[in-house]
Amino acid sequence: MIVDEIDKIGTQSLGIVALLSLFMGAVVTLQTAANIDSGWIPKWTIGFTTRQTMILEFSSTIVCLILSGKVGSNIASEIGTMRISEQIDAMDIMGVNSSSYLILPKIVAAMIIFPFMVIMAMACGITAGAMIGSSTGVISLTDFNYGLTYDFEPFQVSYTLIKSVFFAFIITSVSSYHGYYTKGGALQVGQSSTKAVVYSIVLIMIANYILTQLLLL
Amino acid sequence: MIEVKDISKSFDGNHVLKNISVEFLPGKVNFIIGRSGSGKSVLTKCIVGLMEVDKGEIVFDGRSFTKMDRWDRRSVRQEMGMLFQGSALFDSMTVEENVMFPLKMFSKMSSGEMKDRVNFCLERVKLQGKNHLYPSEISGGMQKRTGIARAISMNPKYLFCDEPNSGLDPQTAIVIDNLIKEITYEFNTTTVVVSHDMNSVIEIGDYINFIYQGELWWKGDKKEILKTQNEELNNFVFPSEFMKEIKEVLRDGRGG
Repeated sequence: MIVDEIDKIGTQSLGIVALLSLFMGAVVTLQTAANIDSGWIPKWTIGFTTRQTMILEFSSTIVCLILSGKVGSNIASEIGTMRISEQIDAMDIMGVNSSSYLILPKIVAAMIIFPFMVIMAMACGITAGAMIGSSTGVISLTDFNYGLTYDFEPFQVSYTLIKSVFFAFIITSVSSYHGYYTKGGALQVGQSSTKAVVYSIVLIMIANYILTQLLLL
Repeated sequence: MIEVKDISKSFDGNHVLKNISVEFLPGKVNFIIGRSGSGKSVLTKCIVGLMEVDKGEIVFDGRSFTKMDRWDRRSVRQEMGMLFQGSALFDSMTVEENVMFPLKMFSKMSSGEMKDRVNFCLERVKLQGKNHLYPSEISGGMQKRTGIARAISMNPKYLFCDEPNSGLDPQTAIVIDNLIKEITYEFNTTTVVVSHDMNSVIEIGDYINFIYQGELWWKGDKKEILKTQNEELNNFVFPSEFMKEIKEVLRDGRGG
């Protein structure tokens, strides 16, 4: 069950995460380069900024916000449809604990796979930044690499991985809750799906603030 | 035997079930009939524990279901099978996986034994060879039969069927009816069928309970239903003038 869920939640989202990370890394590099007008600011700042942006916020928070849309709505509509078509009632009558059977593997799977997706997002973003930066001539690879390693604190990676685990829990539990307690028909499944995404996003933003305050300051 | 003792259920002050007491006998097809909104589905959901009753007691072979904790209830539920109105098959699973699901969850069978049991159940409902099809790939009648196969896979003592014929053509409905009847007699299950299909009631019903405005209005067998003077039941069973004429013919022994 957990392996199936890892495939559904993680593997099937790798494409979108990689694509977004590649473009985000490239855009951050170009935008930073475009905003550095002063000769006093060294070129390696571009690599430094790309690294900080990708590691601290994009790879965990932004990727998880995107996944709350993809994974969250998928979970809420899947479980919601099972509820309105009496599939959950069928499980309950058999004596199966439907909530733990349906929800727990999703939560565990997301908490396992999200950190790996975040690492991939970091790698894609930074690589794309380096490639675009050097190919467009805004920064040399040497300068980019210097910025990339400048004042690097490994704990920042741990911080972002910890955040991703919390966000994974929020997305899967909130979406499962809204799906599980769906009442009505197709319209209500759609509403549950929307609510799941909106509540997940709000909770991710709140959790992001709290975790940042707790872990970085 | 399932005993329902004086149960009541209300939603926001609206009394849906009012002091209902009824018994469902083993080895018999027990019907709950009534108009839409009369409370028959709520009664069934209360019996299987999908809804909690406000008052009263439900007893399965001397075991009070209402007084049990969730763990004991779970063990009683493993003795239940249910066929849902919309079949409620797991659409991400094949026919075989659907039937195997309760076995995987609760039995200690080896995978070979489970496969044999699944094939037996599918053969029993004449669905052999359909193992690897998904619910979306089979007809409504086949979905119902898969639902029956899943319901009987654990050899249940109690079989509940909620509107088993809804959405089916008359011939397929008769196939499903006969299947329910055969399984009830073959495995001596206590079968409870919720329906407003009078054809099914007359065809396979051993005992019939008529629910009207949340109350048990009438009970008896299918011969008695043709003779009853109960006005509400007559209006339900013979709703049109044509049907009333048929009743007169049947009662007077005319026709042919």
